[in-house]
Formats: sequence, C-alpha cells, structure tokens
Amino acid sequence: MTNALEIKGLRKIYKGGFEALKGIDLTVQEGDFYALLGPNGAGKSTTIGVISSLVNKTEGKVTVFGYDLDTQLADLKRQIGLVPQEFNFNQFETVRQIVVNQAGYYGVPRKLAHQRSEKYLKQLGLWDKRDQPARALSGGMKRRLMIARALLHEPKLLILDEPTAGVDIELRRSMWDYLTQINKEGITIILTTHYLEEAEMLCRNIGIIDAGRIVENTSIKKLLTQLSRETFILDLAEGHKDISIDGFESRWSDDNTLEVDVEKNAGLNKVFEQLSGQGAKVLSMRNKANRLEELFVHMVENGRKQEESSQ
Amino acid sequence: MSNASANIIALKTIWIKECTRFLRIWVQTLVPPAITMTLYFVIFGSIVGERIGTMSGVTYMEFIVPGLIMMSVITNSYSNVASSFFSAKFQRNIEEMLVSPVPTWAIILGYVGGGMARAMIVAVIVTFVSFMFVDISIAHIGYVILTVVLTSTLFALGGLLNGVFGKTFDDISIVPTFVLTPLTYLGGVFYSVSLLPEFWQNVSMANPILYMVNGFRYGFLGQSDVGIATAMWVLIAFNVVFFSGAYYLLEKGKGIRS
Repeated sequence: MTNALEIKGLRKIYKGGFEALKGIDLTVQEGDFYALLGPNGAGKSTTIGVISSLVNKTEGKVTVFGYDLDTQLADLKRQIGLVPQEFNFNQFETVRQIVVNQAGYYGVPRKLAHQRSEKYLKQLGLWDKRDQPARALSGGMKRRLMIARALLHEPKLLILDEPTAGVDIELRRSMWDYLTQINKEGITIILTTHYLEEAEMLCRNIGIIDAGRIVENTSIKKLLTQLSRETFILDLAEGHKDISIDGFESRWSDDNTLEVDVEKNAGLNKVFEQLSGQGAKVLSMRNKANRLEELFVHMVENGRKQEESSQ
Repeated sequence: MSNASANIIALKTIWIKECTRFLRIWVQTLVPPAITMTLYFVIFGSIVGERIGTMSGVTYMEFIVPGLIMMSVITNSYSNVASSFFSAKFQRNIEEMLVSPVPTWAIILGYVGGGMARAMIVAVIVTFVSFMFVDISIAHIGYVILTVVLTSTLFALGGLLNGVFGKTFDDISIVPTFVLTPLTYLGGVFYSVSLLPEFWQNVSMANPILYMVNGFRYGFLGQSDVGIATAMWVLIAFNVVFFSGAYYLLEKGKGIRS
C-alpha cells in the first residue's frame, strides 16, 4: 500500500535555538485515519506546519504520496487539504468567496469551483449561509467552513489540527460522522486533538509526540492492549452500602455509586455474580476515565523519565 | 490541467479577490481621493493658481493636473497593497495561499495587479474631476499610459515590501507619512524644479518621484524638467529592483513562514 505521508529524521530548530522537533520518523498509509496526539508544545503543530510548508524545516525528509517537499513542492501541496487550529480566513469575505478563492489558488477553474462549493457547503450545512460574511458565522460554522475550504480542491490527504476545539457535543458528533464518511470514500486523514475520546472513536492508528519526539506509533487496538486495568463505575439501587466484592479493588464514591478496578482479562462476570449474589441491582455502568487518556499520560511520563535519565 | 494554466487561474483569483476587496469598501478607497483632489484643484488650482499665473508656459492649473493625478496613483497603489497584504498576514489568511501551490510570482502579480487596478480607477476619477476645472489635452498618450502603469506597479511593489516587513499597523503608516508624502510634495507636483537653486535642483534629481511626475507631465503637456528617456529608465530600473526584492523575500518566507 502507498504511503500517504512519510517523514524521516525531521528536525526543526526555531530562531533562538528552541528545538521543536528532534528527528521524528512517521509513516501514515493511504486511507488511514491517523491521530497525532501530544501535550501542548509537543511539536504537533510544527509537524503539520512543515508538512503543509508553513514552517521551514531544519533537517529531514518529507514526502506526501511520493512527492518530495524539497523538490516537488507544488505537486505535494496539491495532495493536501489543511484545516488549521485557528480561524485564518478573511472574516469580511463571504462563505462562498472564501471557498471559491481557495479552489482558485489550487488552479480549479471558477465555474468548477462554484459547483464544488455548492456540493461541500451543502454537505457541511453551510449552503444557506453562503452569501454571509464569515464573521457572522457561529464558532461551529466557522470550523465547518474551514473543512469545506480544505476540501474544495479535492485533496487525497486531509490534515486537521484540533478541528473540534471549542465545538459543542452535538456538532462534534456530526463532524465525526462527516470525517468518517469522507475517510471511507478514500481520503486519508491525519488528526491532532486534545480529545482522546475523539482519537479512540475515529482513528485506526496513532502517534504520540512529546517534546519533539515520537514516543509511540502504533494502532489504537495494539495501544489499548497495553492497558493493564480499567475502572468501572456502577450505579446501584439504594440499600446496598454493605456489599463487598472479593478479588477486586472497589470503593464507594457516594451512597449508590461503586467504583471497581478490573484487571485486564479478569472479566466483569465475577463482579456481577457477586453483586447479584448479595442482592444488589445494577442500574447502569460506565468507564471511569477515557482508557486512552490513561495510556497517554503514562507514555508521556515514561518518555520524559527516559529522556531525563539519558541526560 | 497544466501547471501554467493552474498558475494563471491562481493569479486571476488573487487579482479578483484584491479588486473585490477595494470595491467592497469603495467609500474608503475611491471616494476620498476624489474629494481630496477636488480640494487641491479648488485651492491650489483656482484660488492660489490664478495669482501665480503660468508655470513652464501653461496655466498653473494645467501644470498641477498631471502631478495631482500621479500623486493619487502613488498613494492608492501603495496603500492598497500594503494594507491588504499586511491584513492578510495579520489575520493569517495569507496561509491560504502559502499552503496552496500558487507560485511566488503569481502572489506578487496578483497583489500588484490589485493595487494597479485601484490606482487606475482613482486616476480616471481624478482626471474627470480635473476636467471640471480645466480643459486639458494629452500630448503623448503612450507616455501617459506607460508612466501610470510603471508608477502604479512600482508603488504597489513598494506597498508589498512594506507589508512583508510590517509587524504592526503603525509600520504600515510610517512609510507613507514620513517617506512617500514628503517625496511626493518635493517631487515637482506643485512646482517646476527649474525654479529651485542649482543645489536643490541636483538634490531633487535623487528623488525618484520627480521622474514619475515629470514623465506623466510630459505625456500630458509635452514638457518635462527631466529627459523622458531617463524618466522611463529610472522607473523600469526601480521596478526590477523592487520586484526582485519582493520575490526574494517571499520565497524566503520573510515575515510569513516560521
């Protein structure tokens, strides 16, 4: 399978000497839905900046669908659609002007750009707003406008830098559905996000970047197998405060809510057997914390410890 | 689609975007020059000019018309590109172009084309305003067109350079206020440099705007304080230098790439 993105030995040292990227290697396959996670200042946006040529790299090699950043820049750019973190369109232009102009920069003839603008603005629920200036849109609409703008030249690789930041849950879900749909249609997607639940829900593969280094690059499935234990929250009917569960660590967070730590492969059957044996009625159950979040924190901490010990 | 035709589409897109921008805010961009120049014509041309009499063999009003048109061309081409490019940098929508395969020359020509379009429209408006005050004939239409094209290109490029270097909105107003305006006023718009003492005549020759005003005046009146060929070559030389500078800086990513 072709690599949508291949990065080798990428380094970026900013003026002033700050080394944002310390020689990262990364491969994203065609058709993938890839999450790039990392704490603030880890190097996610710098990586995206280099790929999209907004940031000049110091060293290393970047190819997108085989096109080299150094020697085939125009062809490389045609493969990419970028949805940056911050709103960077002209707030005084209308929604349609913004997307049609963007298509024009990629050499899409104006008539075709207008046809595509109708298609994508309708898909993203912005068609009714097409003649309004961008500044009149709500935050969620502006986010969707940025996605529409990035798709007008029909790129093969869509890069989204925290696309759902500050977006309400309903809209976030609809954006997830849309991104899943266009990924199924063949667009490779790279997503950076702070919402780890988002990465877990949407992505097949994941890279964790911290302090300018890739500390993990694997599939979400493999990553989650590293999880050693999970905490489940059980909402019980009233009157069972005296029950206990042998073989599991558990604690009450209030009169009716029991938290149970379950080791990997231990299964929940024994928990339910003991609860029903003591006459407890379980009303509902959920994970305490996002599973990926625990792993993420663990990996970032480990990476930092290793770096400190090697210095 | 070939790269060449894609680049032409990109260039046209930038140009259309730039023209749409200044036409959308026409009250700020097209009306003020008309009002300002009307005042110049009334005060300096009619009221003061009648007392001055003739200059270089023509009425004072006829003498200042080419200079005032040129002054509008200079300020409008410059400020259009400087403010538009800086705003694009400030709002970060310049990134729309930077992530796309638009070549650097197309970005420059697109912005410069926008500045030229505004300058031309303003020049036509001011010319029509001047017709209300004086019957003016054009001696050499070719030089009029050549001078106005080269001047508007040059100052649009200057505005672009200002936009590239500018870090705050103050930086965008410093050059027009402290450099362009004095050079324009001392560039022979309101007087013939032949009236100056020899020393100041020689100093004036170092002012590039003098060549533009006189080139344009030659096109209108058939007379100039400097040789017309010299004026054209000075304009061409400055255009080449400014275009090369803008191209180098944008390719390097000065002020727009980290």
